[in-house]
Amino acid sequence: MTPLLTTKGLSRHFGGLRAVDVVDFALIPGEIRAIIGPNGAGKTTFVSLLSGRIRPSSGMVVFDGADITTMPAYRRVRLGVAYTFQITSVFANLTAFDNVALPVQRTLTDGRSKGQVRSGVMAALERTGLADRAGTLAGQLSYGHQRLLEVAMGLALKPRLLILDEPTQGLADSEIDNFITLVREIARGATVLLIEHNMPVVMQLADRITVFNSGKILAEGTPEQIRANAEVQDAYLGATHG
Amino acid sequence: MRDASPAKAYALHVGVIALLFALNFVLPDYHQGLFARIMALAVFAMGYNLLFGYVGLLSLGHAMFFSAGLYGAGLTVHHLGWGVPEAFIAGVTCGALLALVIGLLALRTSGVAFMIVTMMFAQVFYLLILYFAAWTGGDQGLVVQQASRTLNLGGASLDLTDPTVRYMSALALFAVVLLITLTVVRSRFGRVLVAIRENEERTKMLGYDTVANKLAAVVASGAICAASGAAYALLFGYVGSSFAGVQYSILPLLWVLLGGAATTLGPLVGTLFMYYVTDITSGFTSAYLLIVGVALILLVLFFPKGILGSIRERWLGWLP
Amino acid sequence: MHFGPHLLLAALEGLVTSAVLALTALGLSLVFGVMRVVNVAHGEFFMLGAVLAWAISTAISGHPAVGFVAALVVAPLLVGLVALVAERLVLRRLNYNPEGTIVATIGMLYIIQQLALTFYGPEARPVEPPFNYRILLPWFGYSGYKLSVVAASAILLVITWLVLTRTRIGLIMRATQYDRETAQAFGVPVERVYAGVFAVGAMLAAIAAVLIVPISQAHYLMGQDPLLLSFIVVIIGGLGSLRGTVVAAILIGLSDGIISMFFSPTLAKIIATLVVAMVLVFRPQGLFGTTPR
Repeated sequence: MTPLLTTKGLSRHFGGLRAVDVVDFALIPGEIRAIIGPNGAGKTTFVSLLSGRIRPSSGMVVFDGADITTMPAYRRVRLGVAYTFQITSVFANLTAFDNVALPVQRTLTDGRSKGQVRSGVMAALERTGLADRAGTLAGQLSYGHQRLLEVAMGLALKPRLLILDEPTQGLADSEIDNFITLVREIARGATVLLIEHNMPVVMQLADRITVFNSGKILAEGTPEQIRANAEVQDAYLGATHG
Repeated sequence: MRDASPAKAYALHVGVIALLFALNFVLPDYHQGLFARIMALAVFAMGYNLLFGYVGLLSLGHAMFFSAGLYGAGLTVHHLGWGVPEAFIAGVTCGALLALVIGLLALRTSGVAFMIVTMMFAQVFYLLILYFAAWTGGDQGLVVQQASRTLNLGGASLDLTDPTVRYMSALALFAVVLLITLTVVRSRFGRVLVAIRENEERTKMLGYDTVANKLAAVVASGAICAASGAAYALLFGYVGSSFAGVQYSILPLLWVLLGGAATTLGPLVGTLFMYYVTDITSGFTSAYLLIVGVALILLVLFFPKGILGSIRERWLGWLP
Repeated sequence: MHFGPHLLLAALEGLVTSAVLALTALGLSLVFGVMRVVNVAHGEFFMLGAVLAWAISTAISGHPAVGFVAALVVAPLLVGLVALVAERLVLRRLNYNPEGTIVATIGMLYIIQQLALTFYGPEARPVEPPFNYRILLPWFGYSGYKLSVVAASAILLVITWLVLTRTRIGLIMRATQYDRETAQAFGVPVERVYAGVFAVGAMLAAIAAVLIVPISQAHYLMGQDPLLLSFIVVIIGGLGSLRGTVVAAILIGLSDGIISMFFSPTLAKIIATLVVAMVLVFRPQGLFGTTPR
């Protein structure tokens, strides 16, 4: 199958630090891929390179057959690469409705979807269970709801690739269960790439897992393969647990 | 919240326009003249508000856009003998083009650097007016001849120096710009502008070219301010370099802060309030600048949302 | 006069401008560097220094040098006091928010200007120099006082540099500049540092004004040009960089003196302002600064 997204020799240096170091990576359409690794392994830098928030020092990023290495972030979003922030960054002074209206009207302007802003917004809010809070200012929502709103905004962009940066951070256990269901549902229409620290979530959700360490890919495979991988246990589990 | 009460908002704005129309027949001569001036300058404040209130870009150089309109209209009438409509269009065009150039340059910066850059470009503009005193009249300025300030409309000719015609012309411009502003801030474009103000990085990641949107806002703001300047030249017949000075970049900021940033009617309220405060106190003191200075500090310290901003926060959430 | 001597004269005049400018701009630069506050009222502190210098030196009879020295000591202290009050009453309450403080210092500019007009009046008034020695050069005589201004400024700059780099106070200031929160966590009294820096910044402007007032006169609008030129110097030199500020002041002062001797001063100002705006647009770290991390 042709990959949806590939990187070739992708690198990003900050001064002497090689945050991402010659990474070759490929995503298959429709999969849920998790990226794991110890803190400072370069995970967030890597997905920021994919979404265009930062520029690579060298290497290339190809999305759907087109070289998007130098493409500004906003144009990648229009191509269908959506990114939700690690730190919740909804528009606190706007209503939940307006937060979601922004991505909805974007896809309407691009002709990637049809209809009214209002119906599109309400559909996205309903999918995330926030419909009854449409008129609330985003800053007054609970933390869990803000994370859901963040996902709703990502959804409303009608992405082909949805990048989630630590989506379950700070969520209660009950909220995490709902979240897993939601991501499975999203994955029916889009490819999902998530950075996640919560291992049970990763094991339940991911089709495949990529392990980062020191800016490089250490291992890649199904959850079972990764669990059995001794190197991963050394670098990752060893680093976090002992 | 959006879509909650469009009818109410439009009714309020049409009501304000109707009230201003009626005032023409009640106000004594002196206040009629003052109101005409206030409405023309409130347009300046509305243009400023579009950028400062809605996009969150604090410019310290908007006097250049106002005076681009002022000189664009005044000089074409004075030197080229153009008619009123052509001169007005020339003024607005000058302002829009200047805003395009300044926007392309200044939007490379942000925050404090943006304020200083806009102030410096405005200073250059001001000095250019002095340098080309042979055409602009320098700091003496030029008086636009009364005879050339006549608007010919299909046979009927309107003398813009007549108090009622002047009042109605200022009102017409004010009404048009007010309704345009209301429509823009309620549009999808307006929503994007507010999103940029709140969090530009996030807006980018929703697929918006924030620089292009900001540039569009700068040009729209520049054109509106220029329209105010052009109208001022044609209605009041004087074109002078003092309108390009730093003070005329600060005044719209003061008016908008006072009336309420990011409210559609705030600019009018702020301009009106400030003009009457100055007018009333001028009986006791000539220290006009002292009042401006104290007002700026008090507003920033205790009243950052302005009159209408505070009213919206406490009572009328639907106020646009 | 031939071209050579003419140029020398222009260069000397430019050097005097540079000396005063370096002090004024240093004040602005310190305030911006440590507090991240753009003080638009900086030029008014300069003006206030000059006006107070006139008031003090006329109040004291006797040899002009006595009045001048009194002014050189008292005027900056008074200006520092005004700045301290403004910092306490306004800037601190705004929590040093960059946009809020700009608007507030614009307000201060108008207030100080208007008060000067009301109490001092619209006239330009001279202050007598402390001494009238003329140095005779082969081509022309040159005011010894002007050269002493250059020397005084140089000494003050060196002292400031020593304080900033060699003392505990300087260390505390640099720590605050680098990271306000961390400095606070390490027990640096950030609020007092800010108040002190704002006062010292204003005092530097006031000292510069007292030095220049025997050459040019005291006037309530005299703060505008130094403000603009200081902005230019601070931007060209790189915001918050002491060495850059001094180099840029010499550059601007000399070129201002030389250019305005041969070209229209308005044109010179237009070009200088435009160049600076472009520097800020395309090289925001200044010509001598380096890109921040």
